Amino acid sequence: MKRRPHLLYTAMVLGYAFLYIPILSVIVYSFNASRVATVWGGFSTRWYAALLDNQQLLDAVQRSFVIAAITATAAVMLGTACGLALSRFGKFPGRGLLSLMNSAPMVMPDVMMGLSSLLLFVTLQQAFGWPDRGMVTITLAHITLTACYVTVVVRSRMAGMDDSLEEAAMDLGAKPWRVFFVITLPLIAPALLAGWLLAFTLSLDDLVIASFTSGPGSSTLPMVVYSKVKMGVTPEINALATIIVVLVAVGVSIAGVLMHRRKDAG
Amino acid sequence: MSRAHDQGLWDFWFDVVRNLFGWFRAVGHEFRTRRGRFLVTALPMLWLGLFFLVPFLIVLKISLAQAVFGQAPPYTPLIETAADGAASLRLHVSNYAMLLSDPLYVSAYLKSLLFASVSTVFCLLLGYPIAYGIARSGPVARLLLLVLVILPFWTSSLLRTYALIGILKANGLLAQALSAVGLAGPDFALLHTDIAVYIGIVYNYLPFMILPLTATLMRLDFTLLEAAEDLGAKPWHAFLRVTLPLSMPGIIAGALLVFIPAVGEFVIPDILGGPDALTIGRVLWIEFFTNRDWPLAAAVTIAMLLLIVLPTLLFEYYENRRNQQEAEA
Repeated sequence: MKRRPHLLYTAMVLGYAFLYIPILSVIVYSFNASRVATVWGGFSTRWYAALLDNQQLLDAVQRSFVIAAITATAAVMLGTACGLALSRFGKFPGRGLLSLMNSAPMVMPDVMMGLSSLLLFVTLQQAFGWPDRGMVTITLAHITLTACYVTVVVRSRMAGMDDSLEEAAMDLGAKPWRVFFVITLPLIAPALLAGWLLAFTLSLDDLVIASFTSGPGSSTLPMVVYSKVKMGVTPEINALATIIVVLVAVGVSIAGVLMHRRKDAG
Repeated sequence: MSRAHDQGLWDFWFDVVRNLFGWFRAVGHEFRTRRGRFLVTALPMLWLGLFFLVPFLIVLKISLAQAVFGQAPPYTPLIETAADGAASLRLHVSNYAMLLSDPLYVSAYLKSLLFASVSTVFCLLLGYPIAYGIARSGPVARLLLLVLVILPFWTSSLLRTYALIGILKANGLLAQALSAVGLAGPDFALLHTDIAVYIGIVYNYLPFMILPLTATLMRLDFTLLEAAEDLGAKPWHAFLRVTLPLSMPGIIAGALLVFIPAVGEFVIPDILGGPDALTIGRVLWIEFFTNRDWPLAAAVTIAMLLLIVLPTLLFEYYENRRNQQEAEA
């Protein structure tokens, strides 16, 4: 018995339309020659050219990518250590605290993380003269937030993983660090890639924490976008959004294919 | 509250106190016996301690200071050293008194709860059919539909919120579409209204509702539905009596994933809402960046910690406990 539930299909089409029409409209209007965003003035790539002339924006893009890359790499290391401790070490002193400190940043509103990080940096600066507010402080705050997400990804991968290989290696006399690098690490590699990408995009997208912790002359891309958006719709931002959406779609697809391949091969 | 609830709370505090007492002895033991493990654990522990836990102690400290403008940092020190070397501690509770006495803060908190809860309901209403459709489609279509739900989640929420401006403003896409069918004039605008904030939150958080719902619905045994229909239940009746109760874990998980971040949301009400769409996140932002009143912003943070984060963490703690007990039983 196969019925065609029209109501369900209608609801699904409406739902997907709701998810995609805003993004698609931005992509379409990014090729609009007219400055007035809602009037179609013919096809043009002038806003992409304008983007390349905007030095402030290009600097912010570069800054954001550097911060995101450092953040993601450090967060993967920190998150792996944390995930390993929480899923493989059994009971140890402070496990509850570590677990709490790891889940709290994810339920914490951005504004709270931003303000508390800033006040820490200001206090440290007063006491030790370091760190000055800027890319360093943004990166430190981003690592703290994103490492928690990496931990979740690593933990869920380890929970679904058979640990008999690790045990066998241990029984055969391999040292724990050797077991980790030879057996555990290759097995959780797809989770680490996913965690790296997640941390990278979270850092790249963050407006609030970066606004609190940045200093003069260290505006990130979302901060520049936000100041432009507050002044209304600008065609350059349409072009920028299109580039980012395409990059993300391509990046996520490649990562998805890579992970799928690995799963098939393994 | 029930007795079981009280019991849980006492257990929680008992755990906290016991952990604190056993702490140093056990840490020393751990260091002597399993050094590698100790170092692996110590790294994230120290990092999160320094960059997450300590900041909140500093926030608490500064929330008890008083704002001083035109100096860096713009607040009074808590411990003042007089000329003769005598130190005195000065705590100001005026910031907290302000939060309670000025109706602005209470109404901002209530407004945040309203935005978050109404949006959660709409996410559920819109997300449920999608999740149901995904769960019931074939493997290839399911993968494609899931990727289409996840993809927006990877793109910047700031840019997605920005994308809504072009739709909701006067002469925007929505106004043009409505005026084309004669429902509204071309200057019809939802931008800078509360409705725009609702649309923005639903639009941004819909994937968070769909994903856990889909996961639950995919595990659901659909032969139960066929059995119900074979026994004469109408489709809607079968849905209400069988599918809906069985998908409750997904509904709860999705609702939490939408509600919790939506309460503290800053970007969406700031960009899409009008000046009266004053949420608690926006209030904190304004106190800090516009009024430059750091101590008051710190007091707002502490209030948010108590009113939003702590209930969430306690709820999660109970949920995990309940799940563990169910698994053991």
